[in-house]
Amino acid sequence: MSEIPSELRYTKSHEWIRTMDDGNLEVGITQHAQEMLGDMVFVELPEVGSTLGGGEDCAVVESVKAASDIYAPIAGEIVEVNDLLRDAPETVNNDPYGDGWLFRMRPVDEGELDELLDAEGYTGVVAADS
Amino acid sequence: MPFIPHTEEEIRQMLDAIRVSDIDELFSEIPGGLHSGKLTSVPSGISEMDVGRIMLARSRQDGHYINFIGGGVYEHHIPAAVWELTTRGEFYTAYTPYQAEASQGTLQLLYEYQTMMSSLMALDVSNASLYEGASALAEAVLAAARARKKLNKVVIPRTVNPRYRKVVESIVRNQRIELVEIPFSVTEGTIDIDVLRAFDKGSVAAVVVPQPNYFGLLEDVDTLTDVAHELDALVIGLVNPTAMALLRPPGRWGADGADIVVGEGQPLGIPLSSGGPYMGFMCCRNKYVRQIPGRIVGRTRDDKGNEGFTLTLQAREQHIRRSKATSNICTNQGLMVVAATIYMSLLGPEGLRRVAARCHHNTNILLAKLTAIDGVYRCFETPFFHESVVRLDQPVADVLRAIEAQGINGGIDLSEDYPELGNALLTCATETRTVDEIENYATHLDRIMSRRSLDPPCAEKVAG
Repeated sequence: MSEIPSELRYTKSHEWIRTMDDGNLEVGITQHAQEMLGDMVFVELPEVGSTLGGGEDCAVVESVKAASDIYAPIAGEIVEVNDLLRDAPETVNNDPYGDGWLFRMRPVDEGELDELLDAEGYTGVVAADS
Repeated sequence: MPFIPHTEEEIRQMLDAIRVSDIDELFSEIPGGLHSGKLTSVPSGISEMDVGRIMLARSRQDGHYINFIGGGVYEHHIPAAVWELTTRGEFYTAYTPYQAEASQGTLQLLYEYQTMMSSLMALDVSNASLYEGASALAEAVLAAARARKKLNKVVIPRTVNPRYRKVVESIVRNQRIELVEIPFSVTEGTIDIDVLRAFDKGSVAAVVVPQPNYFGLLEDVDTLTDVAHELDALVIGLVNPTAMALLRPPGRWGADGADIVVGEGQPLGIPLSSGGPYMGFMCCRNKYVRQIPGRIVGRTRDDKGNEGFTLTLQAREQHIRRSKATSNICTNQGLMVVAATIYMSLLGPEGLRRVAARCHHNTNILLAKLTAIDGVYRCFETPFFHESVVRLDQPVADVLRAIEAQGINGGIDLSEDYPELGNALLTCATETRTVDEIENYATHLDRIMSRRSLDPPCAEKVAG
């Protein structure tokens, strides 16, 4: 069974979201997602400063067998991207919830977070997938 | 793997094994109304002898002319070995491999081709070819727009082949890319660089730089490259591959070199064939490898440590990325690539350089002999590669028609595409033209020009 940390929120498209101390959101892909995709070879990250709508595609993770779009979970502005992934995309496989984070964003409306899945809700998504 | 069709006996055995009485039964789930039945508009088959007779008659209609036409595709000598090898069954009948890694021979050849092209262009990466030059240019424009994300303006000078500009416009028109034409100097025949300088920095995704340009002339590629880069625009080189053996290659233009380079690969061992098939090439810096379309072959090691070749970076292609793919092309001009690779191998860099030099030399002779004729003038003094423009004091179309009657294709009439040049004729002499043929052209042209400027025999002579 894939690891699904209880303190994070999730989307149906397998992104996880962590609220940081400064109110910004950190976003990555789940253990289940990186398992399905396989070894990462390249990560295309959004431009810092770009503004995104909720559900808008903003990044691409490319593995040996697929290239998957990553969507902004809710509307916001990209404030930081994980430059480590430029030279070490495999970090997404090795530490998906830690060093493998993709980008950080400042949300437009924190209230929208409530509409995202919690760990239990995401467990259901993974179960349906199997 | 060779193709060996089944015998009637084998088909019967297979049908018996699956307990089906005839092949049609396997299609029984398709409703009767959808069966096409006999194709009534397709004539019945005829014998090999009759087909041969028809095709021979048609080929005679083409006629046989001494060729002085350039304009994007060029007649070059193709060593006999090129097509002797290319028409071998292993190359000639093989389709694009679906299990690519099972065709190591094909992949190795493509890898060698890619290596030669990136070396010729002095760039990091080459793909395994595209359909032909014009659509390759369109793909480069799309790749540059993708790389520069928010920018959708691409500058295309009027010195780029008019047919290429039309193809690019057709392809990018509905993809929200704005093509901006910039003018050329009517005296020099090259791009007006000041117009390019006037663009705002950061307003343009890319600038197309031809070398040589449609008039056969050499553009100031170093300045153009530097100015484009100062505008934060990518440089898309559009080059003749033979010329690159003699001129400085695009990877070394200006301070930082061109970013993406495309062109028509026909001059590398592919016959003119009434318009095709040809092949487009595309090379780029490492930084843009994920933006360019087309197949790319890589060299790697298998799990036992043996060297092998594979298709790589396939996640960009449409069979994986679908609508987000870099293009819908997922094939290449495999057979043409085989021919081009063998041609380049046989000639080597020195041989290709000599071909280029001979072309330039012959065009020098051609221009000298033609402009010695009354009423024929050099249009531009600008240095050229292997073709250039002359101005006639008579309509070009009429002159070309008259010279065609002498078994000579004199060149391309530019007056429709470039009315500002007047009666302009684009003419070319490659290494395949002899001095005798050039002199023959000049002799006939002289006669035609002078006779046409005489009064017709029945004209009334008016006194005074």
